[in-house]
Amino acid sequence: MDLLWSEDDERFRAELRAWMADALPRLPAESTREDWQARRHRDTTWQRMLHDAGYAGINWPVEFGGRGASLSEQLVFYEEITNAGAPNVGVNFVGLLHAGPTLIAEASDEQRSKHLPAILKGDEVWCQGFSEPSAGSDLASLRTRAVRDGDDYVITGQKIWTSFAQVSDYCELLVRTDPEAPKHKGITWLILPMDTPGVDVRPLKTVLGSSEFSELYLDEVRVPAVNRVGGENDGWRVAMVTFSFERGTSLVSEMVEARRQLDELVKVAKVVGRGRGTAWDDTGLRREIGHAAAELDALWNLVKRTVSEAARTGVPGVGASVVKLYYSELIQRIGDLALRVLDRASLSLDDVYDHSGHFVEERLRVLALTIAAGSSQIQRNIVAERILGLPK
Amino acid sequence: MNFDLDQDERELQRGIREICAGRFRLEEAAGFDRDLWRELADAGVFSLTVPESDGGLGLGMTEAVLVIEELGRALVPGPLVGTFLARRPDDVVGLSERGSSVLEHFDVLDELLVVDDDGLWRVEPGAVHAVPVDRPLDPLTPLHRIESLPQGERMGPADAAHMQAATLTAALSLGIAEATTDLAVAYAKEREQFGRPIGSFQAVKHLCADMLVRAEVTRAAVHAAGVLLDDDDGGDGEAHRAVHAAKLLATEAAVANGKTCIQVHGGMGFTWEATPHLFLKRAMVHATQFGGVDSHAEAMHAYL
Repeated sequence: MDLLWSEDDERFRAELRAWMADALPRLPAESTREDWQARRHRDTTWQRMLHDAGYAGINWPVEFGGRGASLSEQLVFYEEITNAGAPNVGVNFVGLLHAGPTLIAEASDEQRSKHLPAILKGDEVWCQGFSEPSAGSDLASLRTRAVRDGDDYVITGQKIWTSFAQVSDYCELLVRTDPEAPKHKGITWLILPMDTPGVDVRPLKTVLGSSEFSELYLDEVRVPAVNRVGGENDGWRVAMVTFSFERGTSLVSEMVEARRQLDELVKVAKVVGRGRGTAWDDTGLRREIGHAAAELDALWNLVKRTVSEAARTGVPGVGASVVKLYYSELIQRIGDLALRVLDRASLSLDDVYDHSGHFVEERLRVLALTIAAGSSQIQRNIVAERILGLPK
Repeated sequence: MNFDLDQDERELQRGIREICAGRFRLEEAAGFDRDLWRELADAGVFSLTVPESDGGLGLGMTEAVLVIEELGRALVPGPLVGTFLARRPDDVVGLSERGSSVLEHFDVLDELLVVDDDGLWRVEPGAVHAVPVDRPLDPLTPLHRIESLPQGERMGPADAAHMQAATLTAALSLGIAEATTDLAVAYAKEREQFGRPIGSFQAVKHLCADMLVRAEVTRAAVHAAGVLLDDDDGGDGEAHRAVHAAKLLATEAAVANGKTCIQVHGGMGFTWEATPHLFLKRAMVHATQFGGVDSHAEAMHAYL
C-alpha cells in the first residue's frame, strides 16, 4: 500500500493546473441559482473548454472520445478542478456520469455516434426520468406507460425529481412496456427528446426556495422505437449497469469540496465572536470540528482504497455504498456544526458576513444527500444484504 | 498511488491470522500466554521493524499495522504494543504513559517503558511499587495500581514513541471493530425469532451495516497512518494528523461495535460465557491508552 502519487499522476496534475490557470478567467461569471439558461451556458461552455483541451469525459474510454484516465488521475482531476473553484459537472451531470456511460455500455453504434460526442462537447444536456410520485426507493414499481404503435412508443405518465429538465435536450427515460410481467421485467429504457410534443416540464420548488428539480408530465408523447437502448423489457438491467457510477465517482468532487468547506468553517470560527473570545476558543466546538476533519480525512483515504481496489479487480467495489452512506451523514453533521458556529447569522441565506449565507444554503442542500441516489435506509439494506450477506 | 493491499501484505495478514486461529482460542483464554508469545516472536511479529542485518524483517509501520490489526482481531492478551516498540523479541515489555494510575500486565513484564512529554524511558519493573487490582474491567488484561513511576533511563524521543504507540493501539482497536462485525453478522444469520433469522429484520440489518461502515472507514484511517509514518519527512504534519484521526476513529469504532455486538446477541450477549463482552472490554482498555477521543480530536485543531 502507498499513498504517494506517481510521477505520471503529478505530471497530469501540473498540466491540468497550468491549463486551468489560463482557462478559468475565460469562463462566464457564475449566475444566480434560478437563472437556468445562464447556468446551462456556463456549465456547457466549461464542458466545451474541457473538451478542446482533452479533459472531457475523464472516466470515459478513449474509443468513445473520453480521456480514459486512470482511476488515480481521475482523483487528481476532481481534486484539482474543485480546489481551483472550477465548475463541477453541473447540468452535464446526467450526460457525463449516467446517460453517457449507459450509452457506452448498451447503445447501438448509431445512438452512440449521435449522442456521445455531443455530450462531451457540451452540445447536449441530459436529464433523468426515472423516479415517479409513487416509485421512489421502489423504483421498479414505476408506472409510466409506453404502448407500441407502429414505429413509435406512445408514452403517458409522470416523472419527478428530474434535475435540469428545464434546460435539457434529452431525457433518459424508464417506461413500463409490459404491465403483466413481474415489475423488474416489464421496463424499457428510452431516449426522449425533450422538445417532443406532449412533454410538460413543471419546476418544483425545493427547501432551498429554488427549482433544482422538475416534474415531467408526459401526455401521449411519441418516441420512435429506434430510440430504445437495449431490448424491450430489458430496461431495468440497462439502468442498473451504471448505477454504481452515480454512487461512486459523483461523490468524489463533493468530498474534495467538503474538505475545502471545512477549512473555510475553521476560518469563520476563528473570527466569529463567542463570549470573550471566538467560536474557535470554545473547546467543545473545536473538538467537534477536529473530529469531523478526522472523519473526512479517513473517508478520503477510503475513496483512495476503493479506487485502488477497483483498479486491481476491474469492478467497482463495495466501498461506494459505504462511502455514500458515511459521507452523506457526515456532511449533514458538518452543516450542523457550521450553523452552530454562525449562531444567529445562520438565520439568513444572504451573507451576514463573508460567505455566511453559503454555509446556510449548504446545510439545506445536503439534506438531499441522504435521500437521493438511494436513501441512507436503502444503502444500509444494500450494505447488509450484498456485502454482509444477511438474508432478505 | 495504490492504497490497495499488495500480495505480500495480504499474505502477511493471512499468516498471522492462521497462527492466531490455530493456537489461540478465546473461549479458553486465561490471560497472558508465554508460549503463544514465543510463537509470535518466532514468527517475527516483534522483530518486524528490526533491520534485516540485525536479524529482523526490516519492514515498517505500514506492515506493522496490518500485523497488529490481526492480533487485535484475535484479542491476543498481553503487552503487544510495548514489546513491539521495544524491538526485543525475547522479552515481555510493557509501555505506559507517565501519570497513569494503573498498569497492565505488570506481573509478566521483563521490562517497562514509560513515555512522557520529555522522552521514552526504561524502568526496572522491580523498582515500581504496584498493588494488584482484584477485579480488572477486562478479565484478560490484569491491572496493578501504581502511585508514580521512577524516572528511569532515557531511551529516545517522546514524539515517535507517542505516534507509534497510538497507531499500533489504533490497529488493535481496528481488529476489534472488525471481529465484532463478523461475530454479530454470524449470529444474526443463525439466531431465529418469529420463525426467521433475526438478520432478516431491517432493524438488525442496519445495526450490522453500521458496524461494517465504522470498521471500513477506520481501516482506511489506520492503514493510512501506518503508511504516512513510513513516508514521514517531518515536514507538514501529515503523518501526525493521520495518527490522531486513526486513534480517534478506531477508539470509537471498537467501542461502538463492541456494544452493538452485545446488542445483536441479545440476552446471551450479556452473559460472561459469550465472547462479545471480552471484545467490548478490551476496546475500553485501548480507548484509554495513548490518548482517547477527546485528546485526539483536540490535537486535530493544530492542523486546521
